[in-house]
Amino acid sequence: MRVDAVVIGGGPAGLTAAAELARRGANVAVLDENPVFGGKLLGQLHESPDGHWWKGWEVAEGLEREAREAGAALRGNASVWALEPGWRVHVADALNRPGQPVVYQAEVVLVATGACEKPVAFPGWTLPGVMTVGAAQVSTNVHRVLPGGRVLVAGIDPLALTVARQLALAGARVAGVFLPPPLPANGAAGDVRSTLARLSSLARLAPTPWLRLAAGALNSGLVRELAARVDVPGGVRVWGVPVFHRTALIEAVGDGRVERAAVAPVGPDGEPVARLARWVEVDAVCLSGGLAPLAELPATLGCALASEERLGGEVPLHGPELEASRPGVYVAGDVTGVEGAEVAMAKGRLAGLAMSRRLGLGVTDAELRAARDGLERARREAKIEFYPGAREAHADLAARWRQTAAAAAR
Amino acid sequence: MRVTDHPLLPPLRRREVRFSFEGREVVALEGESIAAALLASGERVLRFHERTGAPRGLYCGIGHCLECRVWVEGVGTVRACTTRVEDGMRVRRAGSGEGG
Repeated sequence: MRVDAVVIGGGPAGLTAAAELARRGANVAVLDENPVFGGKLLGQLHESPDGHWWKGWEVAEGLEREAREAGAALRGNASVWALEPGWRVHVADALNRPGQPVVYQAEVVLVATGACEKPVAFPGWTLPGVMTVGAAQVSTNVHRVLPGGRVLVAGIDPLALTVARQLALAGARVAGVFLPPPLPANGAAGDVRSTLARLSSLARLAPTPWLRLAAGALNSGLVRELAARVDVPGGVRVWGVPVFHRTALIEAVGDGRVERAAVAPVGPDGEPVARLARWVEVDAVCLSGGLAPLAELPATLGCALASEERLGGEVPLHGPELEASRPGVYVAGDVTGVEGAEVAMAKGRLAGLAMSRRLGLGVTDAELRAARDGLERARREAKIEFYPGAREAHADLAARWRQTAAAAAR
Repeated sequence: MRVTDHPLLPPLRRREVRFSFEGREVVALEGESIAAALLASGERVLRFHERTGAPRGLYCGIGHCLECRVWVEGVGTVRACTTRVEDGMRVRRAGSGEGG
């Protein structure tokens, strides 16, 4: 099937880009593995400092409508399993329905595959009832089924706290938000000091006085040091949910499903004191190990990648108009760095315009400049910073891109 | 446990559908994933590990980890987290001798 543009991933970035392309007359197909469009937006529910609730599914509906009305073709249950030069996009039916293999051929392709959660491994992590916070969010807010009646959350970061609050809103009893299991494979996520540094990045979302105060105070290294040494019995309440910033999940057990979880206090170095462990009765454990960009498709094309922890992991190296290192391939959304939905939409708009320009659809310099400014503004105003330092990381990546481009020109 | 009463989510008005899991009838709501429908019916074990026999269930919820594989008659192995339930679907645990 021959089209002008294929957009891989129908989340906030992909839908925004598709609408932009279709509005300018491009023949564009949006492919998503899910039967419904919106990606991670579908389960999002959080409160802004002004008291306004961000309801992701409503945003998704709006974006899908805009893309369809502009003339984009949206195809769900479509798993892209290969991307070849040309650009040839190979699609498998996610439901195994019989039919001819589907291959799209496109002038330009946008990889807007988003991010996935990093696994958190510890004794008992494969027991049914142990899942990621993302799974808990989708189950609760999209499918409307609670992961459990009494839930423990492990991982202290913006996503974990947001999901803990969503679980409580939906009627679950949240036993507490704890540090993730402190195993080497889980990286620095469990270290008390880095946890507190990450929490401080919640400052712009903090609706409760405690969190506002704490987030401000935690920007001071001295206060962070003190907080790492002071334990709070019963936890610190954030959005009505107890947070135990000095206690880590160490094990989950149960007969065929999780029934209990062991938590133990940790020292400032992040080491748990096992002899002080206690058991918590739960029927679900939700883990947060952070998000990682899904950059496999550009990687298989030989697009240059850059490893950048401040963006969640390996991201495709890209230019100021979100072009990857292979001409005609563009990237947008969390695959270029985990930054949330509003930033993803701004990236989608920019990529959609840049792709339209490449297709010769009459995009002006002023329009592109406005989209670049829009992305900068979205980054500055982002309510959730998933990883501290994302803006600085993008500046570093831009410098690397210029060096690479200059080297290629010589 | 279904989330029926929620301060912010829209009212839950979905048609009932019926499917079977390991021969047992399960009542689900249209649009739910197989994993969610089973969870609502109290079932968390979606398969047993091929080698160790250990029970496995939903893990990532977005189709990435493949831990939630189940077998649907006439379709084959699918991910329970991204596949929606349909009326009359016959579902079994992946690897439970379905031959696929």
